[in-house]
Amino acid sequence: MPYLVLCSTLIPVALALLCFVIRVDIVRNSLMRLGALGVIAMSIMTAFNFWNGDFQGDAAEKAIHIIDSAMVIIEIAIALLIVFLGIKHKKYIAPLFTVIQLPLMLWFERAVVKEKELEVDRLIVLDQLSVIMVLIVGVVGGLIALYTVGYMKWYHNLHKEVKEQKSYFFAVILMFLGAMTGLVLFNNLIWIYFCWEITSLSSFLLIGYTKKDEAVDNSFRALTINLGGGLAFALGIVYCGMKLETIELSRLIALNPTATVLVPAFLFSLAALTKSAQFPFQSWLLGAMVAPTPSSALLHSATMVKAGVYLLLRLSPLLGTTNVGRIVTLIGGITFLAASLLAITQSDAKRILAYSTIANLGLIITCIGIATPEALWAAIFLVIFHAVSKSLLFLSVGEVEHQLHSRDVDDMSNLYGVSKSLVIFLLIGIAGMFLAPFGMLISKWAAMKAFIDSNNLHIIMILCFGSAATLFYWTKWMGKLVALSGKKLEKHHFHMDERISLFIHAVLTLSACFLFPLVSSKVVLPYLQNMFGFSANSPISQGNVWLMIAMFSLLLILPVSFIPISKKQKGREVLTYMAGENVGDNKSFNASLGVTRETTSVNWYMKDVFGNIGFWGNLICIFSMIAVAVILIWGILK
Amino acid sequence: MNDILIKILKIIGIVVISPLVGGFLSGLDRKISARLQGRKGPSILQPFYDVRKLLQKEQIRVNSAYRFYVYLSLLFIIFTVVLIIMGGDLLLAIFVLTIGSLMFVLGGYASSSPYSNIGSERELLQMMAYEPCVLLVAIGLYYQSGSFFVKDIIAQDKPAIIYLPAIFLAFVYILTFKLRKSPFDLSMSHHGHQEIVKGITTEFSGEDLAIIEITHWYETIMALSFVYIFVAFSSPISHLYAVLACFAAFILEIIIDNACARVTWKTALSSAWGVTFFFGAANLIVLSLLSKF
Repeated sequence: MPYLVLCSTLIPVALALLCFVIRVDIVRNSLMRLGALGVIAMSIMTAFNFWNGDFQGDAAEKAIHIIDSAMVIIEIAIALLIVFLGIKHKKYIAPLFTVIQLPLMLWFERAVVKEKELEVDRLIVLDQLSVIMVLIVGVVGGLIALYTVGYMKWYHNLHKEVKEQKSYFFAVILMFLGAMTGLVLFNNLIWIYFCWEITSLSSFLLIGYTKKDEAVDNSFRALTINLGGGLAFALGIVYCGMKLETIELSRLIALNPTATVLVPAFLFSLAALTKSAQFPFQSWLLGAMVAPTPSSALLHSATMVKAGVYLLLRLSPLLGTTNVGRIVTLIGGITFLAASLLAITQSDAKRILAYSTIANLGLIITCIGIATPEALWAAIFLVIFHAVSKSLLFLSVGEVEHQLHSRDVDDMSNLYGVSKSLVIFLLIGIAGMFLAPFGMLISKWAAMKAFIDSNNLHIIMILCFGSAATLFYWTKWMGKLVALSGKKLEKHHFHMDERISLFIHAVLTLSACFLFPLVSSKVVLPYLQNMFGFSANSPISQGNVWLMIAMFSLLLILPVSFIPISKKQKGREVLTYMAGENVGDNKSFNASLGVTRETTSVNWYMKDVFGNIGFWGNLICIFSMIAVAVILIWGILK
Repeated sequence: MNDILIKILKIIGIVVISPLVGGFLSGLDRKISARLQGRKGPSILQPFYDVRKLLQKEQIRVNSAYRFYVYLSLLFIIFTVVLIIMGGDLLLAIFVLTIGSLMFVLGGYASSSPYSNIGSERELLQMMAYEPCVLLVAIGLYYQSGSFFVKDIIAQDKPAIIYLPAIFLAFVYILTFKLRKSPFDLSMSHHGHQEIVKGITTEFSGEDLAIIEITHWYETIMALSFVYIFVAFSSPISHLYAVLACFAAFILEIIIDNACARVTWKTALSSAWGVTFFFGAANLIVLSLLSKF
């Protein structure tokens, strides 16, 4: 048995249990820090083992049987918990899904698997893709866990009305990371499904943390949508087992994409689309904002939404020019455009980040749907860069909320006076999301090439307009950050755990700019070569890489602007122009009737222009899904 | 070794000559505009005199940081111009251009002045309006020629404009934004007092304003070089035609500038996006159908 894999899934879970039991704050915090470091260390060890080729894939029969039975017991327990909570809160759809799924899976595992003698040869898939995912889950997830320790201290000082349940919160985060690691390593579809359901449950528990009405509503919405996706997953597994006689992911994707094979591919894609919060399923991710920030960071960067993307990446041989591939491409594209436009209309920083996550996942999914080597190259890099930058942004916004007591972007013009380091972290994160030498743009560049080369004209148009919208909403945020309002506000304690975590995130985001050619040639290109059987080239040429590094060094000058070069700068400082109605400082002016008013300036949101985009996005996505479902059913019946 | 030396000399040449040409064009613009309005107009070299005067003015600032972005903006715009004229990757050039324009916007925000802020928001809106078209130009050229590199595109057997007439028209439409001409000069204009004073540049004076002016000269060259790419091809004489086309486009923009009143931001955005969408999509679809035969 590959012990390391077992360790990297079970140790976080064990620590989670300990965290849950031990209620002494110091011990609990230390355990959480230990868990964070452990997760990071184990993910790096897994990567090293893969590198050295030490990895043994054979497993003891006995261990597998134990794990199988343990899973059944846990599945039943989870189902009971969901039914109980559902009835308690009068939410009946989520329990309904569970009541359908559990017997279905139990019957499948007990009857069909035994009867058809479905064997699993490869329990674990450890290739370049799973290593990348393990590293993302481990490193980014671990850093988020570390940040949580510092964050939760202050959170409960600010929110006295929320009952302190740190044990529960820490435990769920660690469990989440364990399940996510399992998800990206297992090859047995039943095991993947089990981890899939655990991540749904964990996100449900995290979102409902505050126990307020809104939190409970949103947590059940997340649970319902994800269990709906889980149902599609379960149906896909049953179909796979009965018609294709396999429960191994690696075998399914090696089949020819005939009508029969495309049915489970469609069902799994549907599950992935719900998990990755694509239109029309996006509402759960937006609702997830009510939870404390580390959980949002976790959902948006390292775990949850990346689970859907990972599954699609695995399924990519069945996508491309098949009907399922076309529809996945289209839904991703529509989501990218609609979510980017909707992000313009938001002023709450967390909601902007949420829409940007949805949009970027849309772009990733579009790339996966196209499934050419170039497109997959772009998709994998988008996954990596997005995880790091988005996590940095969420964690920074969490800390901004503690400092300013607001997460409205318009209030962030005061941030420079409170914490310069937070301004720099946010600027790095935002630049990482859309500016040129940074990660996301490199991948977007490759994606653009891939879209043209694969002749997807509609996606090209979508990308052009979506990119313009992306530029708008990020820049206006940056604008608020660089503004020097001159107001002095009270500072709050900024914990060491948070600082360390944020600092490493920022370093990772920056270093990605010049490390990506290395990752490309050592990890991503070999993966694509294995998959397609011919050697793929990096879509970004070496000459351009040098030019981008030159740009990067130019951009490094940016933070320098915050340092006054000398105390005696030449030039006279004057007041800003206010049509001659200045009062004496830059904060207020003489309004009519001799009243002195404070100047405020608010960003543009253009709600009347882009407010309805969501409706149309949902409509197009729903119709295209129905269309492809009809085509697939018709294909089988024929 | 010689190759590198020639390259460096070329780059220095581009960096020096483009603002001179840009400044000259700016002077010509003022002359023609004056004549269209029945005035005599200043000397053609007036922009250079203005910049010289600005450089000698007293330094006045509203805070310590905001001037910096203007210099960064200039750096990135120069980078773009060099990249395009040296025959580099067009898409990369567009990304660098985006950073350059963005730095200018940040300069406006950083001054924390109400008028500059509104100017910045409007400038950003203008960027959003023209960005899809600029990207589409690069995409169209790549789709047709198979390369993003300017040197490959202008070395083809036929000029790109034959295949991309609609995208070219869309580009001419958004050129008005890039050259800061009416009806799309929402964020700042060269004409006297407007409703938001001098918009994004309200708080810039002296040396900084001179830098902004020089940046605009570079930007003019950059914008016109796109027109050039559409017209030039392998035949040497075509480069003369390309220069003439740039000139014609510039004159056209001056006439439009003088003939139109400023529009609202909604009209600016929706018309630019509409033109880009219909012309761009139509052109790409026709091109993809042609490539099948």
